[in-house]
Amino acid sequence: MNIFDILGPVMVGPSSSHTAGAVRIGYTARTLLGERPVNAEIGLSGSFAATGSGHGTDRALIAGLLGMKPDDMRIPDSFELADQEGLAFSFENIRLSGAHPNTAVLRVEGETGRTTKIQASSLGGGRIMIDKLDDTDVHCTGACPTLIIRNQDSPGMVSEVTGILSEENVNIATLQLYRDKRGGLAVMVIETDQPVSQETVSVLEQMQGIERITYISGEEV
Amino acid sequence: MAYLSLEEIVQRCGNEGIPFWKAVQYSDMEDREVTKEESFRMMEKMWRAMKEAGESYDKNQRSRSGLVGGMGGQMREYLEKGNSLSGSFISEVIAQALEMGEANACMHRIVAAPTAGACGVLPAVLLPIYKRKMASDTEITEAMYTAAGIGQVIASRAFIAGAAGGCQAEIGSASAMAAGALVCLRGGGPEQITHAAAMALKNLLGLVCDPVAGLVEVPCVKRNVIGAVNAVSSADMALAGITSRIPPDQVIDAMKEVGESMHISLKETGEGGVANTPEARKIKLNMNLQ
Repeated sequence: MNIFDILGPVMVGPSSSHTAGAVRIGYTARTLLGERPVNAEIGLSGSFAATGSGHGTDRALIAGLLGMKPDDMRIPDSFELADQEGLAFSFENIRLSGAHPNTAVLRVEGETGRTTKIQASSLGGGRIMIDKLDDTDVHCTGACPTLIIRNQDSPGMVSEVTGILSEENVNIATLQLYRDKRGGLAVMVIETDQPVSQETVSVLEQMQGIERITYISGEEV
Repeated sequence: MAYLSLEEIVQRCGNEGIPFWKAVQYSDMEDREVTKEESFRMMEKMWRAMKEAGESYDKNQRSRSGLVGGMGGQMREYLEKGNSLSGSFISEVIAQALEMGEANACMHRIVAAPTAGACGVLPAVLLPIYKRKMASDTEITEAMYTAAGIGQVIASRAFIAGAAGGCQAEIGSASAMAAGALVCLRGGGPEQITHAAAMALKNLLGLVCDPVAGLVEVPCVKRNVIGAVNAVSSADMALAGITSRIPPDQVIDAMKEVGESMHISLKETGEGGVANTPEARKIKLNMNLQ
């Protein structure tokens, strides 16, 4: 932890886990959707459900979906701002067995009709973990450059992708692989030390067998 | 790189003939690969945010749960009568701690120091000093390095989250940080800084995290007061030449041991302590019915 993890962050209160972390979850969901959201159905689990309202967790999640960061003073007014910006939303309390106590599930629809679903948890100190993306396990924090690649589960995909990254001098910090079933849809989660350029992402997108790529720049949210 | 003990910082100060805050700044420059100026500007930004948070307080505002709000205003009104038992400086520290804790509960923008729940402790001692023109912006920024250095060692040797170590880890750490900052502002040396921090932390050892209905309100807002007042008395003891009989790093290790053996109901779960009183249970029940 650097000294500004100790003296800082500058954030809207009252809780780094229930407020600042919730803003980051909403913001990350918006990034993963890749466009302006128009509808959000949000499930709150565990402590998010029990104490979320008093901590402003609901308003914080919506603020993040609107593109706000944890120090944005408009966070308390996010419900009203969502109305103005045409973002419809609903909340319900859900039970997720085995999930982290502070977990939210967001089903988000964008302006072009694209949808995404993420399950994320707030780990404390404002740090978050994305646990699931479109019902597939992924485990990444979004704090460093991250590629989430959805592809057909076929031989050679990993070596092709990592080959392209290596040509671009991008070093891989962590690499995770998931799939729903053999030969089905697979997910690669690649965290890198260097940012990945838009051109490289485009090259990867044109590869055969790649369904969709989401890039999180890892910039301070 | 980041220090793993307060002793290490004191030694570096001695070896290089630099003040405590400088040693912390140097390690920040190494850690984040930034220049002296970039590092200092970042800390100035934190101090500016702290001042703005202090100014944002509204005594007429209440938290969403309705549990806190207005206490800072009450305390300020009382101290302005000039009749308080604790005298004008300490009364101002109390008022400022309440105001910042309440501003946080009312979703204002604050500086976590080291956490949002304990965000009132450090500004509660720094803002009254600043308002009385007892220190400049630059001197306070230096004091904030001192505070951050202490907090960083505590975070690396023990913890700073209530869920991990109880309130002693949050308000206790904040109090140790504030005590060190005060000694820095009054011209004390590295040894005095670490001993003030040790005494402050020792005095709050065992403090449990028992938020009513799980909210950062009761007893959190008022705990910021004891953290701040305890920082002032610990700093004064250190400046008087009094030392902690137990070496500062060993006090931090003791805090860790106490936190680890603390029952889970007393670590931010809202299930033990004052959170488990009949009144608290009633509050929680009413909140869930809404």
